[in-house]
Amino acid sequence: MWDLTVVALNTAKLRGATYADARLMHLRQRDLTTKNGQVGTLAQSESIGIGIRVLAAGAWGFASTDRLDREGVAACAAQAVSIAKASALAKRGDTKMVPENPYVDSWQAPLRKDPFEIPLESQLDLLLQADAAMRTIKGVTLTETDMQFRKIDSWFASSIGSRIHQRKVISGGGIAATSFKGSEIQKRSYPNSFGGQYALAGYELIESLELLRHAPRVADESVALHSAAQCPEKTGTLLLDGSQLGLQIHESVGHPIELDRVLGQEANFAGTSFLTLDKLNKLKYGSTIVNVVADARLEHGPGLGTFAYDDEGVPAQCTDIIKDGQFRGYLSNRETAKLVGLERSSGTMRTESWNRLPIIRMTNISLKPGSGTPDEMVASTDDGIWMETNRSWSIDDRRYQFQFSTEVGWEIKGGKRVRMLKNPSYSGITTEFWNSCDAICGKEYWTLWGTPNCGKGQPMQTMGTGHGAAPARFRNVKMGTAFSGH
Amino acid sequence: MAGALSSAAELKKTIDAVLRLGRAAGADETEVQLDETIDALTRFANNAIHQNVAEHGITVSVRTVVAGRTARATTNRLDEDSLRMAVESSLQLAHSQPPNRNLLPMPGKQPYRTVNRFLGATATLSPEARARAVKQASDLAIRRGQVAAGIFSTGQSQLALGNSRGLFAAHRQTNAEFSITMQDDPAASWAKANSGDIGKIDPQALAKRASEKASMAKDAKELGPGQYTVILEPAAVLDLVGFLFYDFAATALEDQRSCLNKRMGKQLFGKNISIVDDVYHPFQLGAPFDGEGMARQRVSLVEKGVPRNLVYSRVSAKKAGKKPTGHGFGLPNEYGEAPMNLVFGGGNSSLEKMVAGTDRGLLVTRVWYIREVDPYEKVMTGMTRDGLFLVENGKVTTAVRNFRFNQSLIELLQNVQEMGPSVRTTAEEAFEMVVPAMKATGFHCTEPTKF
Repeated sequence: MWDLTVVALNTAKLRGATYADARLMHLRQRDLTTKNGQVGTLAQSESIGIGIRVLAAGAWGFASTDRLDREGVAACAAQAVSIAKASALAKRGDTKMVPENPYVDSWQAPLRKDPFEIPLESQLDLLLQADAAMRTIKGVTLTETDMQFRKIDSWFASSIGSRIHQRKVISGGGIAATSFKGSEIQKRSYPNSFGGQYALAGYELIESLELLRHAPRVADESVALHSAAQCPEKTGTLLLDGSQLGLQIHESVGHPIELDRVLGQEANFAGTSFLTLDKLNKLKYGSTIVNVVADARLEHGPGLGTFAYDDEGVPAQCTDIIKDGQFRGYLSNRETAKLVGLERSSGTMRTESWNRLPIIRMTNISLKPGSGTPDEMVASTDDGIWMETNRSWSIDDRRYQFQFSTEVGWEIKGGKRVRMLKNPSYSGITTEFWNSCDAICGKEYWTLWGTPNCGKGQPMQTMGTGHGAAPARFRNVKMGTAFSGH
Repeated sequence: MAGALSSAAELKKTIDAVLRLGRAAGADETEVQLDETIDALTRFANNAIHQNVAEHGITVSVRTVVAGRTARATTNRLDEDSLRMAVESSLQLAHSQPPNRNLLPMPGKQPYRTVNRFLGATATLSPEARARAVKQASDLAIRRGQVAAGIFSTGQSQLALGNSRGLFAAHRQTNAEFSITMQDDPAASWAKANSGDIGKIDPQALAKRASEKASMAKDAKELGPGQYTVILEPAAVLDLVGFLFYDFAATALEDQRSCLNKRMGKQLFGKNISIVDDVYHPFQLGAPFDGEGMARQRVSLVEKGVPRNLVYSRVSAKKAGKKPTGHGFGLPNEYGEAPMNLVFGGGNSSLEKMVAGTDRGLLVTRVWYIREVDPYEKVMTGMTRDGLFLVENGKVTTAVRNFRFNQSLIELLQNVQEMGPSVRTTAEEAFEMVVPAMKATGFHCTEPTKF
């Protein structure tokens, strides 16, 4: 593999590149799903190729190929340089980057059970059993289960002398029951919606989820929602479970801190950010108990944003994003760090595959835990609504105004959960919302949630991100608006 | 600069090799799908190119059937050993499951209509040509004190499908796209076009349009929430109604997750709403066959506001006692089928006429981050973006701060008052369709944002 990266770098240099990096990647994936007791998708795939990024004439070029011989790679590198020179026809200055050290390393994410070594029969058997357990509940009209496993090897080499091999194994899975009755479709998912929980882990993740144990409850709740009261439209106290809070962090903290958005590089598609450069170290992002970090290091946990080096050869780091409620940091790469005067990239360049250019992505953007238990948080709430498991999410293109709905809500009166609520939703303005946070549960209730489907970039890339969160409470939140008038 | 797609003979040779390997490995049936893409995309922001990429890739996807079971394995390595491994992986996956009671024998040879959607000028556009167009658009932005961001992409792709019962289908096409956002701080506006023919894309006209609207979008005023008459430009229509397509899948109704359950044959939408799925429409792109190689049919989905027909894969057609319509996804899958080439019947109005005939309403350039809030009433939430304007007494009077909306698509299509002609439309959420501009009453704007 390294021979081909050498061909890429040498060719790029000969053609006039002042900087080059080459990433050869081998991706393997297995997808299993069931629906209503039948196997749905059953597929395996592999993809291997090389992506070559160069700076020439002061501008970027990138080309990729799956033709992995010396001639194919050399032609690809030459094409990348040619594209960079074309880019220079419409540049407004030479691209520069902050310095970075070269690294020679090999890293493998830890795992206990390689999911590709677990017999397919036992994986399918677990899903079919969970599917059957959900279908025992009367009123369930659709049952779905899924597992996905990925194994990613990357060999990164750059013209500053880095040579880094990384291997990551990602596992994910979940179950969902849907009930259609009258004029309503209600759904419950476990452990999270849109595919379940994902982590940088082996099959031990799937075993830890105890899908069979949760299947009857999930199905039962999907039916019970039809008899539940409608979530009221009001402004009041909102309590969020960790999985929904993870997505709230993703949308209202993770995306606006991306420096490429802040600098206008995503203006045409993903949008920009309200976190303009003047707000760094000045904006009171949240209440004083709100502490958020961007942490790609393994010690943070086996998240979808955990690695040893980013796809630009920068080591994994932990960056303060919000400290004691104050806005402290952005997600950067070597180029944007230079543009805003940082000394070093925060190491967040990531790519979906060999045929995609690395771009700034979230790593693990996590809310640090507070103290206390969810029961204590409920007990200290006189009047509120607990919402859990995301159903829909939407936020404007500068990341101010958001609206989320969840699969289920629970009304809290006098410190107790008193009844189930259907169609819960809440909305607000990002900084007003985070400043209203007055309780975050302790580390025993903190989970590093995996979001496997974050889309960004053109051409679109899908990336997994991690979000550590424990249940938390927010005051004076607008709730129930999504269903207003319908 | 761009490379060339593999020849038809090369595709056939690979397909034949996989079919031979399938027989040798003991598969009862084998299906092979080849996808090849050559794409290039120039991305610009802050009036300069900042990303510029090219890719060339081919995948071979193998589906085998053994003892009433089926599974798929995909690789992008075309040497004999890798193809053999893909066949064996597919068989191993197939063996691991219980028999599939719904599995049908693979279809044999099928007749197809010829569609010509490959244009050499689109396929060979150089990065220098893209860069020159970007520079010209950026220079316009600079002259007007604005900031341009966007993409200019071109590509060529082909798809070939063959199986051990003698079916063979192939299709190739080109694609080009130019999208531009003009920022006139703190306002912005946007324009975009997509076509198989580069000659039908005018980057400078799009840049001019976005620039003029960005100037108009400044000094936005905040309005209170409420129900508004809206004039939706085609891109706004697309990104809303684009979420209706899967509801017309027979499998979605069988699974009871479609908003059309219990509503087929009823007056669900206004009488001015008619929708067909038609891959052969001159404004459409796409292959004339589906994931199993069945020829795509034109299907009338909604006639004068009444949902009349669904689309069917072979499996869902058999269950329903219907004929397949050529809309199935590649097997195995749990979603069945979907119409992918929607064409809305339009009207004879225009944006100008709609504005002129409106006492008070909102002109919507595009919408953003659309998500489903209620799957049966089809309530969608999202934001307006890149140019929201107040119309008063037949004229655009001021820019308005963007709104969050929570709007039932069913209700929206009951309230359409006027439509323009249907045009090939591209936006950022839904795939390309043929839709008109629409004027509709009672649009639920629930909360304004800060800009």
